[in-house]
Amino acid sequence: MKYSTEYRDPELAKGLIAAIAKDVADYAGQITLMEVCGTHTMSIYQHGIRNLLPAQVRLISGPGCPVCVTPIGYVDQAVAYARREQTIVATFGDMVRVPGSSSNLQREKAEGADVRIVYSPLDALAIAEKNPDQSVVFLGVGFETTAPTIGGSLLEAEKRGLKNFFVLCAHKTMPTPMIALASDPELKVDGYICPAHVSAVIGSDAYRPIAEGFGVPCVVTGFEPVDMLRGIQLLVRQVLAGAARVECEYSRIVKPAGNRTAQAILFKVFEPCDADWRGIGPIPNSGLQLREAYRKFDALTALPVEVEEPREHKGCCCGEILKGKLGAKDCPLFRKSCTPEHPIGACMVSSEGSCAAEYKYGDC
Amino acid sequence: MKDDIILLGHGSGGKLSHQLLDELIIPILSQVAQSEQNDAAVLEGITGERIAFTTDSFVVDPIFFPGGNIGDLAINGTVNDLAMSGARPLALSVALILEEGLKLAELREILESMKRAADKAGVKIVTGDTKVVPRGKGDKIFINTSGIGLFDHDLRPAGSAARPGDKVLINGSIGEHGMAVLASREGLDLHSEIATDSAPLNAMVAKLLAAHGAAIHVLRDPTRGGVATTLKEIALQSGVDICLAEESLPVNAAVAGACAILGLDPLFVANEGKLLVIVAPEEADSALATLQGCEYGEQSAIIGEVTAVSAGRVMMRTAIGGLRAIEMLAGEQLPRIC
Repeated sequence: MKYSTEYRDPELAKGLIAAIAKDVADYAGQITLMEVCGTHTMSIYQHGIRNLLPAQVRLISGPGCPVCVTPIGYVDQAVAYARREQTIVATFGDMVRVPGSSSNLQREKAEGADVRIVYSPLDALAIAEKNPDQSVVFLGVGFETTAPTIGGSLLEAEKRGLKNFFVLCAHKTMPTPMIALASDPELKVDGYICPAHVSAVIGSDAYRPIAEGFGVPCVVTGFEPVDMLRGIQLLVRQVLAGAARVECEYSRIVKPAGNRTAQAILFKVFEPCDADWRGIGPIPNSGLQLREAYRKFDALTALPVEVEEPREHKGCCCGEILKGKLGAKDCPLFRKSCTPEHPIGACMVSSEGSCAAEYKYGDC
Repeated sequence: MKDDIILLGHGSGGKLSHQLLDELIIPILSQVAQSEQNDAAVLEGITGERIAFTTDSFVVDPIFFPGGNIGDLAINGTVNDLAMSGARPLALSVALILEEGLKLAELREILESMKRAADKAGVKIVTGDTKVVPRGKGDKIFINTSGIGLFDHDLRPAGSAARPGDKVLINGSIGEHGMAVLASREGLDLHSEIATDSAPLNAMVAKLLAAHGAAIHVLRDPTRGGVATTLKEIALQSGVDICLAEESLPVNAAVAGACAILGLDPLFVANEGKLLVIVAPEEADSALATLQGCEYGEQSAIIGEVTAVSAGRVMMRTAIGGLRAIEMLAGEQLPRIC
């Protein structure tokens, strides 16, 4: 605990806030920094960081919540599995309330479907082992942080000879969407607060193409307030100096080359594929699919189901919010028809979605 | 008793029902033999103009968790609801809904902890009911308790009575009950046992009211929805702003760690032995001393204050000096995904 307490030191944090204010005191422009990690979004709200920064520094949220960037068609697919006979759907908690085109998993569960919340894919594996007569479909959603554990669970499933464990894959990878947003002329991102956990796997070198190719400074930071403020300070200083390089504030966890063991598992089981990002659209090579040798675990091929035609909800601005073009409060549905009790878009459902964070913690 | 599990016949009203009552439930919970019991308990010697009356149903899963079980929870919950109105809990009813197949040993353990909790709180269980539902139509055991309480004073602490300047106090570390249940429900191995804080708070309330009287404006137990939700309710009822200071909020390290792992905020996690007290500023320090002198109050702290008349906002001054809004818990707290 002590390690994290030091990174919550109020005096250190206040010193950094004062230093950032001093750095930009004579700067007339605006510096827009985007975070692309749901836990950073939460941290900014939780510690009230936004209203401590000088007016010149603006923080916006990007596509950092894995639940939020998952297309509506995926939820429909999961609903179809929940309705399938002899099938158990196992999922991380956030997915159960995400609205599909006409239903969601929470509703299917209430109507009798077997939907179980798990904390790890290994829990889903245990469910499959205990229920040999049922097919268990695990919802594989997330970035490079969850993909290796799902890869590991498939290696384990193979070892144990399980024939009733399947994954519905919608994994996404970083930093491809950051490149897509960096080259969007409508969106002026001056610097990226790069994800912490994802970077622990992929390494901070992964952001070099963004800094070097698109001239956007990148800083990997941790989640504690002192981490966040140091990261913001490093980015502000790069912007003011006209620099664009990768820096790592979170070097106690993140190495330039990342975690090779996790990468090895990831690439043993998965291979890159094109992926559809809610709000952004298809991005080449931004997702993960199972390799040929592991495709027998792919729910889509092994357990075909009929899925309804996906329909996005009218008026929902999740897409623009995920790109950082709109804030939660700009959406006409926010706090009116779209609330955490009755979410319309994914950004309101996930605890790490930017609309849920704004709703829960809002700036005062 | 001959059987070791609950059978449908135990709820039939016939011989098996009588056996369950005579041999298990009544010997543990009540001093009055079934042969002497009537359809309703009659309470004597109640005088005064007001009585408090409350009811609560308990469906916790799992039924046993570190530090307690559904039985003591059901007693403490209703005792505390009575105490928060300022009343002295007097008598409780206990209604059991049992699922066919429940182990009698488990039922015995639950009944015994109910008895211990009632004795500890100084409250009598005076009436009850038992029903059995077929296997699969319930979940082991559901318990309803209702209670009445008497007033030994004219004080009326209420959620609508918070005034600008008042201080907000709590009697200890938050989020323990919710995390204890969650950890045992999910089989999480957190390497540190978090136990429920379930406890009767009526003695503490009696001392507070005796020592500080009308200076105690609000008494509430922050159960489901946690401290955040309860304070928001108070802010709305009273039409005031409440501001908390993050660094003064007691959160024990095990709860903070478990919440961090699961992506939960302890402010929204349930408590079963905590009390929020909103007190006039001039009595705040002495009320804190009173709380700290009580059982279940050693870790009491002043955690914030009522700042202004408003539409009912709750805010938190974060440790680094930021300000954030606090809303009611919406939906369930779900574990995060990354």
